[in-house]
Order: sequence, then C-alpha cells, then structure tokens
Amino acid sequence: MGISRRQFLQGGALAAGAVLAGKPGEASVDTPDLRTRGLKSTTTICPFCSVGCGIIVHTRDGKVVNTEGDPQHPINQGSLCPKGSALFQIANNERRLQKVMYRAPGSDRFEEKSWDWALDRIAQRMKETRDRSFKAKETNKKDKKEYVVNRTDGMAFFGGAGLDNEECYLWSKFARAMGIGQLEHQARL
Amino acid sequence: MTNHWIDLKNSDAILAIGCNPAENHPISFKWIEQALDNGGKLIAVDPRFTRTASKADIYAQIRPGTDIAFLGGMINYALQNRLIHEEYVREYTNASFIVNEQYDFEDGMFCSFDDQEKTYDLKSWAYANGPGDQPRRDPSMKDPRSVFQLLKKHFSRYDVDTVCAITGTRKEDYLAVAKAFCATGRPDKAGTILYAMGITQSTHGTQNVRAVALLQMLLGNIGIAGGGVNALRGESNVQGSSDYGLLFHLLPGYLKSPEFDNVDLKGYNEKWTPKTRDPKSANWWGNTPKYITSMLKAWYGDHATKENDFCYSYLPKRSGNYSYSKIIERMGKGELEGLVCMGMNPAVGGPDSLKAREALGKLQWLVTVDLWETETSIFWKRPGVNAREIQTEVFMLPAASSVEKEGSISNSGRWTQWRYAAIHPVGDARSDLHIIDEFCKRVKALYAKDGGAFPEPITRLSWNYGDGHEPDVNLVAREINGYFTKEMTITDKDKVLEFKKGDQVPMFKYLQDDGSTAGGCWIYCGSYTNDGNQMARRDASDPTGLGLFPKWSWCWPVNRRIIYNRASVNPAGEPFNPKRPVIAWDGLEKKWKGDVPDGPWPPMNDAKEGKYPFIMLPEGHGRLYALDMKDGPFPEHYEPVESPTRNLLSRTQNNPVVKLPANVSSDLAKYPCIGTTYRVTEHWQAGAMTRSLPWLVELVPDMFVEISETLARQKGIANGDQVKVSTERGSIQAKALVTSRLKPFNVGGKMIEQVGMPWHFGYAGLATGDSGNVLTPTVGCANTSIPEFKAFLCSIDKGGKRA
Repeated sequence: MGISRRQFLQGGALAAGAVLAGKPGEASVDTPDLRTRGLKSTTTICPFCSVGCGIIVHTRDGKVVNTEGDPQHPINQGSLCPKGSALFQIANNERRLQKVMYRAPGSDRFEEKSWDWALDRIAQRMKETRDRSFKAKETNKKDKKEYVVNRTDGMAFFGGAGLDNEECYLWSKFARAMGIGQLEHQARL
Repeated sequence: MTNHWIDLKNSDAILAIGCNPAENHPISFKWIEQALDNGGKLIAVDPRFTRTASKADIYAQIRPGTDIAFLGGMINYALQNRLIHEEYVREYTNASFIVNEQYDFEDGMFCSFDDQEKTYDLKSWAYANGPGDQPRRDPSMKDPRSVFQLLKKHFSRYDVDTVCAITGTRKEDYLAVAKAFCATGRPDKAGTILYAMGITQSTHGTQNVRAVALLQMLLGNIGIAGGGVNALRGESNVQGSSDYGLLFHLLPGYLKSPEFDNVDLKGYNEKWTPKTRDPKSANWWGNTPKYITSMLKAWYGDHATKENDFCYSYLPKRSGNYSYSKIIERMGKGELEGLVCMGMNPAVGGPDSLKAREALGKLQWLVTVDLWETETSIFWKRPGVNAREIQTEVFMLPAASSVEKEGSISNSGRWTQWRYAAIHPVGDARSDLHIIDEFCKRVKALYAKDGGAFPEPITRLSWNYGDGHEPDVNLVAREINGYFTKEMTITDKDKVLEFKKGDQVPMFKYLQDDGSTAGGCWIYCGSYTNDGNQMARRDASDPTGLGLFPKWSWCWPVNRRIIYNRASVNPAGEPFNPKRPVIAWDGLEKKWKGDVPDGPWPPMNDAKEGKYPFIMLPEGHGRLYALDMKDGPFPEHYEPVESPTRNLLSRTQNNPVVKLPANVSSDLAKYPCIGTTYRVTEHWQAGAMTRSLPWLVELVPDMFVEISETLARQKGIANGDQVKVSTERGSIQAKALVTSRLKPFNVGGKMIEQVGMPWHFGYAGLATGDSGNVLTPTVGCANTSIPEFKAFLCSIDKGGKRA
C-alpha cells in the first residue's frame, strides 16, 4: 500500500495536533505557548535512557526550532534531564553525518559516495562473504555426528538498542535469513 | 522491570543497589521522591557516595563485586529474624519443594563439577520426584531436603560480621539497611529493588540478579504495587532490542535461537517447550510451538507449510557461544570478513578496547550506520596507527535521528510508545528501517539473479513493506502483532470468535501452531489490533490511582503493567495489601478487577481452574532454588576475577564456571587500587550521542578519573592534575577529580583505594578523551557473558600527557 513521505509526516503532526488541542483557553495566557505559537508540534519519546519521557518537538518550515518536555506525559509530566533537554541539538547539529562516506582499503581518507553505489556494494560484500563462509553442515566435536546448521560464520551484525522496535524486528529477521549466528548488541554489555 | 517507573511512588522502601537513578535515570527520581514524600525510605548501596546516595535515608558503602555477600546477608537476616512473608513463600515459591539426594554444597562448590570442562552437571540439582512424576513437596517446609531448609543452611554462613568483612561495609550501616528493607516482608508493606550494571556487569552477574529476586520472593515483594525486581535499563530501546532477539541465543519474543541438534521443528519444540503434569501450573512456555510457528509464518509466508516444517530449516543453528566478546575474539584472529554496526560503537563500548580496535583492522569490510562519526567508523585513522596499513573497507552511512522517523520504542517498564517524524532526515540521512529494507531487497535481488549458497532463506523471505521510498512502518508493526492467514472460528469459553483472513490477532492466546496465524513477536501481540495502533494511545486516565495508566501507550505482555500480579493476592484472590490492590477477584462477577491479571483463571484456590502465579515456570512457583543456572542453584559469593583479597567465605576464589583470560592480574604490588566504571547525567554510553552536542560538552567537557582525598594526598595529586591509570590491558590519561564521594574500602583491615571513571569518552566527536574501557577485562558472567566492567585492579600515577 505504500505511504509517501508527505503522508508520513502528516500522520505525526495530526496525532500531535489532537494532543495539544486540549486547552485553548489556557494557551493564550501561557508564555511557552506564545513562544511556540504557529509552530507545528509533534510528540516523541526521548532517545537517551530508558525512562521513556515524552517530548514535544516544535518545527517550522521543516526545521526543529524548539524541543521541550511533554506536560501531558504521565511519566515526566513535562520535566527533562540535561540529556533530554539537549534533544534539540541532535536535530540541529553541524557534526551530524549528512552524506554516505566510503573509505577504500589502505586509504587515509573518506570519500563521498551515492546511496545507490554504497548499498549495491554492501549487498555485494554481504553476499560474497555469505557464499564463502556459509556452513550447510558441521560435524559436532563431541558426538562426531554431522548436523545441518545453515549458518554464515564470516560476518557479524551488531546493534542496536537505539533502533525502533520495528527496525529491530526487521534487523532480526534479515540477520537470521542471512544465516547470521553472530547477532549481538548492547544488551550483552 | 517487573513493575514500571511511576509505580516507584507506591514503595515503602526503595533499595538502589548497583544503580544510580538520580544520575542515570534522572526523571525516575520524580517518583522516588514521591515515595519519600509518602513516608517511604530510600536506601543506596554503592561503592561511591552517588547522587542517589546523597538523597538516601541510608547509605551503605560496598566494595565492587561483593553484591552476593551483601544481599546474601540480607537473606540470612530476613530468615533469622522471621521477617519473611511466610504465606507467600510457602504458596508461591519453590520453598516447599524437595531436592534430590545428590545435591550438595561444600566450600564454595556445588556438587558434580567437571574440572576439565569447568561445568556443572545441572541434572544433579533436580527436584526429587514423587508420585505421578511430580516434584515432592513438604508444605511445612521442615524437611531437611526442602528448598527452604537448604536455603537457610546455605545463607546461614552469611552472618553480618562475615558479610561486612567481605563487603567493607560499616556494620551499623549494614544493619540499618537490613532492618529498613526487610521490614517490607509484612503483607501490607512494599519494597522494591532497583539495579543496573553494578549488578549485571560481573562474573557472577546473573546470580547477583538472582540474589535480588530471592530476597524479593522471601519478602513477598514480587507482583505487588511498589515492589518488584526492577532493572533500570540503559538505552531508550534496549528493552525492545532485547524483546526482538538481537542476541545470539534468542529469536524475537525470547524464543531460543535453534541449537545444532534441534534438527527439525519437532526437535526444536521438544527441546524448548517445558512440560508439566501439574494441572494447576499454567506453564505458559508450553505455548512455544504456537509462537515459533507464527513467527516462521510471518517470515516465510505461503512458503511456510506444515509439510516443509514451516521453513524451520532456513534458520541458522548455533553451536556454541557467539556472545559479543567471543565475536571480537574471533575477529581479532581474522576469522570474520565483515561486520555491520547499527548504532553500536565497539571501539569504545566493549571491554579491552585496544584489542577491539585492533580486531576491526582484521575485517575485510565494515559498515557503520550512525548519526555521527564514531570511534568505530574512524578506527583506521585513530591516534597512533598508520591508515595505509589498514586494509578494511569502511562504509559510513548517515542515519536519521529519532525525530526524523516514525516507530515505537519500549521503556524499562515495558511501555511501548509511538514516536512520530517531526522533520525529514537531515541531509542524505535515512532511517535505519529504510537502510535495513535496502540491504535486504538488494541482497534478495542478487540471490534471485545469481544464485549462491543456499539462497532460499533469502529469496523466499516474506518482505513486503510498501512501495514508498520509506518502508511503511505500520505494515511492519502489524506483522509483528500478527494476523490470521485464513478464516478462523475460535471458541474461547462461552464466546465464539470469528476472524477473517488478514484480521489482526487481538492477543497472543489466539496464536496457533498450525500456520493459521502469522506473528513476528508473540509478546507484542495486541500492540496493533483491528482497533488500531495501541502503542500510540495517549489517554492519561488512571482509574486505580496506582499510576498504571492502562490507556497510555501499550505494554507487553497484554498491556499488563505489573507482571506476576497473581502473587499480589492470597490464594483466595484477596489482595495481600488492601490499601494498594493491583488485582482482586470479584467472586460475584467471577472476574478480576484492576490491572490485567497474569492469566484469566480464577484464584489459585479454585479447585478446578485455579493456577499458580509464576506462570512462566513449569512448576508455577518462583525459584528460590534454580534449576538452570550454570553456576549453581543458589547464589554464592565469589571474588571478582581481579580482586585485592582472598575469598573469606570459601576456598573457591572465583566463579568456578568462568574461564579466566591471560591478561588479568591480581598482583597488588603492580595494581593496588580497585577500578570501576560509571556514567554521568550529561553523557550517554559510548558518547556519540552526547559528545557532539555543545550544551552537554560544555557541562562535562573532559574525561576524568575520580579519586578520594586520601589517595590524592598519598600520590600528591591535586584536582585537575593529569594522571595515568593502568591495568594489565592498557593505560589511559585523564584529569583527576578529587572528591569526598570516594572513600577507600576496608579489606581485611587494610584500606584499599578506589578509582572511578566514566566510560563515555573516545577519539571521535567534539569532546574527546581516553576510553575507560581500555582498562577493563574481557571476562564475563557465567550465564550471560556480560563483562566484568565494574571491578578490576589498576594503578594510578600523577603525570603523563594525553595521547
């Protein structure tokens, strides 16, 4: 069924709009509301620790112009710690990676590449490694019997406790389909 | 967490051991402070006088790695002083179960240890079976072979004086902790134990957690409001990433990943489906075949049929341990060609970082997907190496941040909350969902075109998440929840339910083992139903006043906010604490009221349908005595691998099941101080997400090493001086932070100093510094392989220049 990027954004704004439409009477006398008047609001959850605090993201013309604690959120009731308060600087940060970068073997620098080029080459690398290291069968050291293991031993997938659930699920599904036994992430550390 | 963040307000005593919520989960303190306002007590047990300790009613200092001694002493204190919740212990735990004659324990060793293999024979610890092949029980708990008597005997050795000699805790502090917390053994009192990596990052980490659980079971504190065993997890979605099986031994929903000798689906189900003959045991894992079959249907769609074992053979089979540290070890030997890191930074986050960085250079290719340049993505140009000599091909892909994409994350209390995209990803960044989708589609296309090694698991993988630029995250969430693959009529008691093909499965009790349902992760069944996305709910009503907020987001399992809640009522279904009832049985209406109960059955006393409360275990009773731990049925104190003292409790120095690496040393002449790592509010994990944010960098700009005033005097180190810390693994340099928060430990009459440091720093980003994990050893927990970051030996000297 597919969903365009435009719809994708509207979904968020719509839901968040409904949330904030609660008390229009109070809004006019409330300073933070004045500051954020006319901005689009979207709800999110803090990406740092696991308390799961609610945050409102205010945007204008596709840019994040303010983030603050969500006063309606039952856990944090509007408060945030220093990290949660700094979410704004994740969205607005000149150090954020903006381009696909590639470092050739033995090179001393990154070079910019297109997504298509990089994704094709990565897919190729994954396939080559899988084809080379795929173990259909293996003899067990203890009972000396042969077992079907259908496992790719030549690569590992790491991550990630920073991914969304839906991303984790697809990562898990893709990894196992690739025959990856060595799938690990931060929960082991 | 068995409970959740807001529930902390319901506690009469909060024991924070091996965690520092004021620093690392700051907003949790809103609810801890509410408990304090209600008259509750906060107890902090930590090697350092932390920010949490500064707010606590009682603070007790503990030497790193001696938690079992500390908690074991509390278990003994509760037993000796009859402070336990006896009805709870008798009815709901395995205290009354009889253990077979072979079980024995002597001088730190349990019976049947294989010295060569460094393993125990777990079968020798089994229950003694009676008639009908069921475990024998003695409800009086007086039988000398009953779990209760064996437990008493085991922990009788943990007397207060011995414990304090081990932990270095002042006796009056220790007694104050024991008295305050064990007072929650009364049915109308609630005590919660909060823990984090101070408990898990140990060679006996799982037994540390078990010691926590044992104490809570003895005090009747599991299943109740304000109680529980509560792991304060470190990342925003580490709960979810664990739930979805991103660990070598798991598949989504804590199903086990298949082992080599689970040769077909039948064999897998036989191995991993526990059995019981006791009709009162719900034995929930008995449903394993339904969950694995539904997952395989979600993965292989129409290709998965009963005839082909639902494509079970496509799953990789494990033979051995592929935990993080083992993978790095294999990488270091050149046995891996490729590595993909999705938001993970092994050059900083794992133990013995210098080795990990070297290992990355043995790869042919490395893909990093992150918001930033990380130490891992630029390992080839790290200080001190020649990039030209490193042959690894590196792809650094820019990822979207949390406000640039849509999806759900699960907090520590299992609340799964939906986030929306506020803006498009910056520059050419893309969501991880998009990137994984592209990986899969492109590899699929290559195998479809060129063939290769066993292509079917990939070419036949069901992977349809829309035609848009971005995969439709709602389609993924719907698949995770599960749907009917054909028309179904299900009779549930007096109800007849009709489902059409494609209907969402409303809850996991309707998942099937015959292929008529597909569902990616059974514990999330109910999160996205025909009624819509439950995770996006924002109804802040709280009908019970307990802070359950049942219509805010959604939580697994089945939106149950406090798990094991059938243990909050007596066997007749009446709340142990009528002031804070989580659930209560309404005999007239014949139903439970309050939170979603741990299963619909009537109370345990109901002769026909009653069930035991610990529904995930085949015997239905909480395990004071465990059957499946690799290092013993009871927690036992062992010293950390690097320790300043011999074990005062037995002649078994370290956890006997743990194999020791070569680069560890307990030579006090070389390494006289105890080292430990920790986190600060202003930074996060390996630092990529905070060390490039100017506001946070301004707050904490530098790597530092924290030492006591006594150690500073002894070494002539002043606050802000450059110091060098060394272990058997390597050295780091940083600024000294001299504080009164750290004090030396009394170890056998000798004062041993401690050196604390954050592990957030590295050579990438705006603020850089040496990495604490250069110092930590690669040796892990016997059960989980989680490394012992919290207790190692080091030396510290003034001087040095940062590399």
